[in-house]
Amino acid sequence: MNTILRILFFMVFVKPLVQVILGLQVSNREKLPPAGPAIIVANHNSHLDTLVLMSLFPALQLAHIRTVANANYFLSNPWLAWFATRIIGAIPIQKGSGLGSHNALNDVVNALRDQNIVILYPEGTRGEPEKLEPFKRGVAVLTTVISGVPVYPVYMHGLGKALPKGEKLLVPFICNVLIGDPIDRICTNGSKLMRELQEEMEQLASKGNFPEWS
Amino acid sequence: MNAYFPPGLLPVLAGNFSVLVIATGIIRGLRNHLSNMGYTELVQRVRSWWIIFGIFTFAIVTDKVLFLLLMTLISYLAFKEFVSMVPVRRADRKLLLLLYLSIPIQYTWIWFQWYGMFLVFIPVVLFLLLQVGMILGRETRGYLRAGATLYWGMMISVFSLSHLGYLMVLPQEQGTHAYGACLVIYIVLLTQINDVAQYLWGKTLGHTKIIPEISPNKTWAGFLGGIFTTSAISMVISPALTPFGTITALIAGLLIGITGFFGDLSISAIKRELCMKNTGDLIPGHGGILDRVDSLTFTAPLFFHCFYLYTFISG
Repeated sequence: MNTILRILFFMVFVKPLVQVILGLQVSNREKLPPAGPAIIVANHNSHLDTLVLMSLFPALQLAHIRTVANANYFLSNPWLAWFATRIIGAIPIQKGSGLGSHNALNDVVNALRDQNIVILYPEGTRGEPEKLEPFKRGVAVLTTVISGVPVYPVYMHGLGKALPKGEKLLVPFICNVLIGDPIDRICTNGSKLMRELQEEMEQLASKGNFPEWS
Repeated sequence: MNAYFPPGLLPVLAGNFSVLVIATGIIRGLRNHLSNMGYTELVQRVRSWWIIFGIFTFAIVTDKVLFLLLMTLISYLAFKEFVSMVPVRRADRKLLLLLYLSIPIQYTWIWFQWYGMFLVFIPVVLFLLLQVGMILGRETRGYLRAGATLYWGMMISVFSLSHLGYLMVLPQEQGTHAYGACLVIYIVLLTQINDVAQYLWGKTLGHTKIIPEISPNKTWAGFLGGIFTTSAISMVISPALTPFGTITALIAGLLIGITGFFGDLSISAIKRELCMKNTGDLIPGHGGILDRVDSLTFTAPLFFHCFYLYTFISG
């Protein structure tokens, strides 16, 4: 039932929003994982980030795409909680515990073991629009728990202009999505992995040659 | 619905259709003589031409309102592409919504055939409103650059292109005996023919660059060959679509060839400044929507006002 609602929500609302009102320019779409388990690591500027990332996948795959969400915010009212966990398929995480704590980790590990694709935002929260914040270590912890899961860096530009943190009005801007090469070898050194990911993200960002926004 | 399907329209559309068929055939035939990438791009480009031709023809022959809606969408996509590729200030976020909103308003004046308002709404009313909005935004850093950039974007993607809309609704009583649809087909077709002809002449014969600081691909042979081809085709199709005599058709062809060239280069200059190859990737094989309508942003308003003057003089 929820899967049908999710597909309907994406077909009727998200696709027109993302592809016509905003407009999407994806480079290297073929690099996206064809199936789980996989981790997508993206920069976080806007509530629209998750919708755009999920809309990159075919409708039938939507049931197998999960993301993590800040429980303090998304579980604050029952409607939002229903929407976030049932329609979007988010895994709520208590803020402060972070992905680094093994309790919070369990649900994500299970999702990966169930062959899902999990979207993570290692900046932790939607920061200053269109600025990359230092990464937190959650992804590194995850890959040490389940080794061998490929990590796909994805850089997005434009959504922080269209709907940044604290703004209610959507202003149309084209959204650019750049998909990097996956890091799929078994990585035991967590801080090295995070450093590589951060570098790859900065490289994707500079490749985009994006106009300034200040 | 159009009460009457203009008789000149059908042969021209059929001609356009056959040109596309021939182009598709030639590219298939060249398959073994081209690199893989070059081939894919040409195939994509011609496929996009088919889609543009299909959508445009459908909107034009069906109904004026449908054509105005299509133009509203094109202006919206062009303006969105523009604000997404130029530097924009955060302080102007809400102002951008006002600018987006003015797109359907401009086409509404056209629908009402309110000529005066159509002419002053963006150059005058919006010019002043834009400044009021910027003042209320309380940010002086980059004020002039931001204001000029947004105004330029509105002029190019909304005001200029909306002239195609007004051409479509030009009333017959005003002394014109041509149907709006024919005039729109005439100017759009010739502008695109000019683009393609400049490209083909430049590719086959061109070596002396005409203005390499702006665009490394433009050559004298392309420029002159384009003007020649456009003028010649103008004289062939104008009896079917316009009230022009041979001389007027020749002058119109020259005007379209020369101004289309500058429209093309105007967008090239911006791309050069911003270090980008295309304005977007909405139209496979062509680039962004601004890459496709660049010449039209010059030819549409110029042709419109020349035509207006022509019908006024010739009574």
